[in-house]
Amino acid sequence: MHDKTLAELARGLAAGQWSSRDITTALLDRIERLDPALNSFITVTGDQALQDAEAADEARARGQAGILAGVPLAYKDIFCTEGVRTSCGSRMLDNFIAPYNATVIDKLRQAGTVSLGKTNMDEFAMGSSNENSHYGPVKNPWDHSLVPGGSSGGSAAAVAAGLVPAALGTDTGGSIRQPAAFCGITGLKPTYGRVSRYGMVAYASSLDQGGPLARTAEDCAWLLNVMAGHDARDSTSVSRSVPDYTSELDKPLDGLRIGLPREYFGEGLDEGVASAIRDAIRVYESLGASVIDVSLPHTELAIPTYYVIAPAEASSNLSRYDGVRFGHRCENPETLEDLYKRSRAEGFGEEVKRRILIGTHTLSEGFFDAYYRKAQQVRRLIRQDFLDAFQQVDVLMGPAAPTPAFPLGETADPVQMYLQDIYTIAINLAGIPGISVPAGFVGHRPVGLQILAPHFAEAHLLNVAHAFQQATDWHQRRPDVDSPDPR
Amino acid sequence: MRSHDMQWEAVIGLEVHVQLATQSKIFSGASTAFGADPNSQACAVDLGMPGVLPVLNENAVAMAVRFGLAINAEIPEYSVFERKNYFYPDLPKGYQTSQMAHPIIGRGEVEITHGEGHSKLVRIHHAHLEEDAGKSLHEDYHGMTGIDLNRAGTPLLEIVSEPDMSSAAEASAYLKALHAIVTYLGISDGNMAEGSMRCDVNVSLRPAGSKTLGTRAEIKNVNSFRFVEQAIAFEIERQTDILEDGGQIIQETRLFDPDQGETRSMRLKEEANDYRYFPCPDLLPLMLDSAYVDHQRTLLPELPTEKRHRFITELGLSAYDAGVLVATRPLAEYFEQVHAVCGNAKLAANWVQGDLMGRLNHDNLSVRESPVSATQLGELLLRLEDNTINGKGAKQIFADLWERRGESADELIEARGLRQVTDSGAIESMVDEVIANSPIQVTQYREAPEDKRGKMIGYFVGQVMKLSKGTANPQQVNALLKEKLDALL
Repeated sequence: MHDKTLAELARGLAAGQWSSRDITTALLDRIERLDPALNSFITVTGDQALQDAEAADEARARGQAGILAGVPLAYKDIFCTEGVRTSCGSRMLDNFIAPYNATVIDKLRQAGTVSLGKTNMDEFAMGSSNENSHYGPVKNPWDHSLVPGGSSGGSAAAVAAGLVPAALGTDTGGSIRQPAAFCGITGLKPTYGRVSRYGMVAYASSLDQGGPLARTAEDCAWLLNVMAGHDARDSTSVSRSVPDYTSELDKPLDGLRIGLPREYFGEGLDEGVASAIRDAIRVYESLGASVIDVSLPHTELAIPTYYVIAPAEASSNLSRYDGVRFGHRCENPETLEDLYKRSRAEGFGEEVKRRILIGTHTLSEGFFDAYYRKAQQVRRLIRQDFLDAFQQVDVLMGPAAPTPAFPLGETADPVQMYLQDIYTIAINLAGIPGISVPAGFVGHRPVGLQILAPHFAEAHLLNVAHAFQQATDWHQRRPDVDSPDPR
Repeated sequence: MRSHDMQWEAVIGLEVHVQLATQSKIFSGASTAFGADPNSQACAVDLGMPGVLPVLNENAVAMAVRFGLAINAEIPEYSVFERKNYFYPDLPKGYQTSQMAHPIIGRGEVEITHGEGHSKLVRIHHAHLEEDAGKSLHEDYHGMTGIDLNRAGTPLLEIVSEPDMSSAAEASAYLKALHAIVTYLGISDGNMAEGSMRCDVNVSLRPAGSKTLGTRAEIKNVNSFRFVEQAIAFEIERQTDILEDGGQIIQETRLFDPDQGETRSMRLKEEANDYRYFPCPDLLPLMLDSAYVDHQRTLLPELPTEKRHRFITELGLSAYDAGVLVATRPLAEYFEQVHAVCGNAKLAANWVQGDLMGRLNHDNLSVRESPVSATQLGELLLRLEDNTINGKGAKQIFADLWERRGESADELIEARGLRQVTDSGAIESMVDEVIANSPIQVTQYREAPEDKRGKMIGYFVGQVMKLSKGTANPQQVNALLKEKLDALL
C-alpha cells in the first residue's frame, strides 16, 4: 500500500479494493515504525486520521465521496490546522494551537482527505537542509547520513519513505523543489498567487507559495485541482478560474521548445547532476521536443536579491512573535524590553535570528535605498529575463540543485548553504511556476530535473513533467527504508 | 498684550486622526463598535495570529476618497500600503499598516472661518489611511498591564495640514472645519470624547515676517477643540519665554495635560524610532480609476462651505447665522426642514438658534435627540406666520411640544384654545369691557401728559389679553385701545 501513488490509492478506494481505514492504519503503523529514525513528522494525528478515514469510508458507502475522499496526506507544520499544534519548526510556536485552518487545509478537508499529521521543517521555512528545526534534523530516506533538503524536508522525506503518498510544502526560494530533488520525488511550486497563503505562516510574503510534494506529476495535478483558486482572505491570491490540471496530462509533446538557460549549467554544478540532466533532456528530444540555448542574464543576482528581500519581509513578519499574545514567553520578565528580548532570544534559532538581523539592517534608514529598493529593481530585471525567455521557448529546464543531497552537518557556512538555492530562487522572485521531477542518480543520491513555465501555465508544466514520467521510471525508484540501515 | 506678541509669529500645523465610520475594521471583518468588552471585537487578523492576512475594507477607501473630493484634493490613481515597524504590546503584528510614500489623498485645501468674518484657506499636504493600534490598560491589574485589542485595526484617516495656521483660534477653527466636513460626509461620527477625532499639533515660533521655520514641538493626542486652543496657547507662551530669554527650542514630543492646562516633555527626537517603512507585501497597490472617483463624487452631500454660501445668498441669512446653522450637518438639516415647512428663513433661523438650541443646551441634548422634530417646529412657526397664534402662544406650544404633551402645534392650539382672536368685533367688545371696568386707570390716562400715555396703555393691553386668555391679536388690541382711549380725552 505504501508504494502506491495518490492516484492509485484513490482509484483503489473508488473500486472498493481497500478502505481509507486500511490505508490509514497501514501508514500510521509505518510512521510509528520508521519515523523515529527519519524524524519527518513533528506531530502525528493518529486518532483524528482514523476518525476522518472512517468518515470518508462512510461517505463513500453512501455514494457521496469525491475523488480524493479517504486519501491520506500530511502537512508541513507551517500550515495552520485547527486544534492541532502548528509549530513552524520553532520553539517559538511549540505551544501554538491555531483556532483556524489554512485555506488549503480547509479545501483538502472538504475534499475528504485524511491528515496523518504535521511534517518537520526548517524553522519558519528558513533553510536548505532541514537542519534548522527545533525538533531536530530530518534524515534523507535514501541515506540517513544525508540531509533531505529544506525547508519542506519533512514532507519530502515522508513521501519518499512511503509514510504518506503526498504532502504539502511551501516554497519561498526552492523549499519544495530542492527537497523533492534530494528525496527523489516530484514537487510543484505553483505560480505566486495561484494557491492561497491564508493560514500559511509567513516567512517572506511576496515569495512564499504552497504546493504539493508527491510521487508523480499526475498526483500533483490532482492536488493542485483542490488547492488552487482565489481566496477572498488573501489579497494576493489571483482571481482567475482554475483549470482541470489532469485534463492535459497526456497531451503529446510534439513541437515542445525547451530552453536551457546557460547560466544553469555553469561553474558549481556537480558533474553527476549535469550528466543526469543532459540524459533527461535527451529523453525529451526523443519525445519530439527541440532544445534551444537561452540566457537568463541576471541569474547571478538572484541570490543576493533574495537575501535582501526575503529577510526584510521576514524581519517584519516575525515581529509578532514577541511573547505578548501567544507562543513562547520567557520566565519572569522584569521589564517589557526584557520580555521581548529574552522571549525572542530563547524562541528563535540561529538562522532565523540571522535573517531577522539582516532584514532589520537592510530596511533601516540610510540603507533602504541601497539594499531594499535596489533589490526590488533587480527583481524586476530577473522577472523580465524569464518573460523574455518564454518569448522563445515553452518551458525552461535545468537542475533543481547544484548537487545531490549532502551529508548532515557538512555545510556550516551559511553563505555556502544559500548557494544551494541558486537554480530555484530566481523562480520565486519572478513568481513563475516550477516543478522538480526525479531524473536519475549520482551514486545512490537522487537528482531532480527542474522544469519552469510561464505564469499560470501549471497545466502545461504538469503535462511536460508527466510525459517524462511516462517515458522513464526514476519516479518509481524507492529507497530501501525497511532495512535497518539504508546504505 | 505682551510686547513679544509683536515680535514672534506662531507657525502651526495639525495631523488629525479621524476614525472612519465603517462597520468593520480596515483589514478584517471584526466589528468597530465602541465600548464592547475588552478583546471581544478582535479576530485572528487583529490579534496578528500566525498565517492570517489582511483584506482591505473597500468602504474605508470610498470614505477616504469622498473626503479627498470634499477638500478639492488630488486623488492619485495609485497608492501603496506600507508597514511601519516598531514593537509595542498593543501593536499585535509588530507593525502598523499605514501609507507613507504614496498616500491615497494628495494636496487639497480647507476653508476656515473664525471671529468676525475672518476666512482663510488651510492647505492640506496629504491624507492617508492606516489602522489603529490597541489599548494598554494599566489600572486594575496589580502592577501588570492588560491589552485590549478591540480598537486594533480600526480604520483611521490621518489628515496632515501644511503649517498654515498662526494662532490657537485658527487651529481650533481648522479642526472644527474638518469636523464639519467629515460629519457632513458621514465618514466619521466625529465623537472626540470617544477618540473618533484626535490630533497631533506642531507648534514653532519665528520672528514676525521671517520665512524660515523655527524648531517645532509636537504635542500628541489632543482630543478636544478647547484642549487644542489651550495647548497651543500654552506652547506659544512657553516657547516665547524661552526665545525671549535667549534660549533655544529643542525638537521634542510633548503631552498636553488638561488638568494643569500645560504641555510636558514626553521624549526627545533623538530617541525616535527607525520605523523601517516598506511596502506591505500582503496588500497589492491600490488602483483607483477615474470612473471610481467620479462615482464617489456623485455620493457627496452639499458640504458646509457651500451650504453657508447658499444660506447667505439664497435665504438672506446673516453670515453669522449661516455660520452657526451649518456647524453640524444635523443642525443644518434640521434648520432646512423647519424652513421648508414654514417658509420663512429668518423666523426659522431665529427659533432654531434661540428657543431650540437654548433648550437643547439646557437639557444637554444633541439636535438629533430633540424632543421637538423639525416638522413640528416648522408647523408651529407656520401658525405664527399666518397669525393663528401670537408669539407668546407660540412659546407655550413649543414648551408643550418639548414636554411631549401633543403631536402637533395645531392639535395643541385647539386643545389650549390658543387660536388668536382677530375678529375685530370680538376684540372691540373686550376693549370696551376693559375700559368700562377701569375707571380709575382711564382717569389717570386722561390726566397724564401725552408722552406718558404710550406707556400707560400697556395696562389696558394686558387686561384685554388676560380677558382673551392670550388669544387676542396684540397689534389689533393696541390699535383699538389707543383709538378708544384717545376718543375719551
